[in-house]
Amino acid sequence: MSHRLTPWLAACLLAVASVAQAQTHLRVGLAEDPDVLDPTLARTFVGRIVFAALCDKLIDIDEKLNIVPQLATSWDWSADSKALTMKLRPGVTFHDGEKLDAAAVKFNLERHKTMPGSNRRGELAPLAGVDVVDPLTVKLNLSAPFSPLLAALADRAGMMVSPKAAQAAGASFGSKPVCSGPYRFVERVAQDRIVFERFDGYWNKAAVSFDKITYTPIVDATVRLANLKSGQFDIIERVASSDIEKLQADKRFKVARITEIGYQGITINIGKSEQAQKNPLGRDARVREAFELAIDRQGLAQVVMDNEATVGNQWVAPSNAYYAKAYPVPKRDIARAKALLKEAGVPNPSFTLMTPTTSDAQRLALVVQAMTREAGFDVKIQATEFATSLNLADKGDFDAYVLAWSGRADPDGNAFSFHACKQPLNYSGYCSPETDALLNQSRTLRDPAERRKAYEQIAARVLKERPIVYLYHRNWLWAYNTKLAGVRSVPDGLLRVQGLKMQ
Amino acid sequence: MTDYLLNRIAQILPTLVFVSMLIFGLQQLLPGDPAQVLAGEEQDPTVIAHLRQKLHLDEPLPLRYAYWIGGVLKGDLGESLRTQQPVLELVLQKLPVTIQLGGMAFVIALCIGIPAGIISAVGRGTWWDSAANAFALWGISTPNFWLGILLILLFSVQLGWLPASGYVSPLEDLRANLAAMIMPAFVLGNAIAAVLMRHMRSAMLQVLSSDYVRTARAKGLRERVVVLRHALRNALTPVITLGALELGTLLSGAVLTEQVFSIPGFGKLIVDAVFNRDYAVVQGVVLVTATTYIVLNLLADLAYFAANPRLRG
Repeated sequence: MSHRLTPWLAACLLAVASVAQAQTHLRVGLAEDPDVLDPTLARTFVGRIVFAALCDKLIDIDEKLNIVPQLATSWDWSADSKALTMKLRPGVTFHDGEKLDAAAVKFNLERHKTMPGSNRRGELAPLAGVDVVDPLTVKLNLSAPFSPLLAALADRAGMMVSPKAAQAAGASFGSKPVCSGPYRFVERVAQDRIVFERFDGYWNKAAVSFDKITYTPIVDATVRLANLKSGQFDIIERVASSDIEKLQADKRFKVARITEIGYQGITINIGKSEQAQKNPLGRDARVREAFELAIDRQGLAQVVMDNEATVGNQWVAPSNAYYAKAYPVPKRDIARAKALLKEAGVPNPSFTLMTPTTSDAQRLALVVQAMTREAGFDVKIQATEFATSLNLADKGDFDAYVLAWSGRADPDGNAFSFHACKQPLNYSGYCSPETDALLNQSRTLRDPAERRKAYEQIAARVLKERPIVYLYHRNWLWAYNTKLAGVRSVPDGLLRVQGLKMQ
Repeated sequence: MTDYLLNRIAQILPTLVFVSMLIFGLQQLLPGDPAQVLAGEEQDPTVIAHLRQKLHLDEPLPLRYAYWIGGVLKGDLGESLRTQQPVLELVLQKLPVTIQLGGMAFVIALCIGIPAGIISAVGRGTWWDSAANAFALWGISTPNFWLGILLILLFSVQLGWLPASGYVSPLEDLRANLAAMIMPAFVLGNAIAAVLMRHMRSAMLQVLSSDYVRTARAKGLRERVVVLRHALRNALTPVITLGALELGTLLSGAVLTEQVFSIPGFGKLIVDAVFNRDYAVVQGVVLVTATTYIVLNLLADLAYFAANPRLRG
């Protein structure tokens, strides 16, 4: 046999061995290319999906929006709610082998507070200082009680990067980030791919099964889905709702869905600029009420989102603990809408509805236009490229604006910046000292029951004025290969890689 | 010769300066505030203020131009504000991808357009001619992105022969590279093939009715020899000129094709940069493109000069 066969045999054996050792690889299709991969500077939703594999946070949220341990194992508030003491998980290291201890946490929180261009400063505004109590205990001192802090620490403000790497890299840290998550950074080719490999020193190593993850941005939902179907991806995010029915009929794929923590709504200029007074919609709350009553939210969700949405009328979904139950979603009532318009003296109010150029937003505008016409409204649609629309909104150069918010785990993140006077996201120009007082008070309350009461009062005031007509909360839709197990649906819409494996 | 060369180079400098001003100035006409777009969802006023300062948005336009052009002269095109990568690195990363895509598309266009043009001219009025004309009409009128999506659905989703999108470097894996590039190259080349076919056909018809072709036929040469050896060479001249002009179409077509197939090339780079108001990237990409055109033009002029003794004086 044997001289001739031996090499063949050896080759076959090698092939078998290499198959046995083949790397397991998770390929994720994203809807956009993330921005800079530095938790302090990062600003996009899609970036958070990638961070979920790269950077662990002090704490995390679960499927029910409960705060659960991650790098911190326990935490305690002081009696006056002005200090939060956190116990850190022992034995955690960063990807460069540095220790994750109380000093590292202090460094990170101070970096969030002081780095030029930091997007975390606002989330940590009341944080006055950080004390290292012992190597595994930190104390966060606040200038005033601030209950949304925990939710912020469960997001990018709670992500810890290696102090040594951050100091060495300076402002360009984001091009080669070093964190302590289950995967470490390998390479990034802009608009093409982000590649991570498994971090062997991860504290929760047993929960991590894939050797490698590649994130590929593909903007077009049809092409993204085609890549899943042809086997180039194992899982894709933000599936178009119109594709869901067919996907569910296909045994090769599964769909994961959960109601988002954000919302879709129409922001109305009621005081952002003088333009508000020139239009009956901005001038008269009765006209806004008539506008809301003319909309059939369920029908809207059906046409625009193929029912992959939960209708709502507040900044949190009806299933949320902080939803004000005293103010349920109003039913469509054309007769009442017409009566209100008559009372306001404008039976046929006309205004311009500005909308971004995404297909969802434009469909929404068209359906709203058709629905409200029945009550006498004359809505003109103005599709505007996003950057321009943002600028017009900020200048108050609009009547009404179709705007979505990706949402934050704490209700404060969905309400404060939108309804407190002069806040950066308050495009409607709504401003009421009483509402401001309530919003500020809600930040100081830690008892859920008391906070719920405060939000009930805020809802009573804001929903009457209707600076934003909330419409629905979309479902986060993920589609994945049936062989992929362990996909968790968390309301923030991020993909947790711990527990994922191929069967 | 030296005088001519120096003269031409002296002309280039003001052109480049003018182009750089134009790029910089036109970009300022884009509506929207780049600092706001870059500040992301939160719209934190301190972040916006920081970005304004970093981008020199508060300073007068001429001063901002001076900052930028000063960097360019030192070989620094700035860095992308969105991803923090140096613009020069991005450009060098993406350029080869688009060159490959364009090159393959052009070869495909030639391979389809020229033979189809010849066949339809030679067989004028036959079934072949009608088929080639129908193909040309289809090629010109089919939108790139639509054809792209249809091909993905057929070859990737239904048949599973080719990857739906993405890009692999040819240095890494040539087979995977060609598999990923063949569909986009075909989509891009298809429209140009149609244009080439139409022109090839009319040029060929003209040549075939000329006296020397009649003479060649009268000599008793076989039709194949008449067409391919005698007529084709003359008919190709206008087609070559046209082909060179179509290179521009290739670049603009690449913008759409790269978007559909998610190919990380030049076109995708500039589209994303415009939507994100990533000024440094837009400026860098347009400047590199403009410089390339100008330099290529110079080379063409020089080649013409070398080829035509009458110009040397």
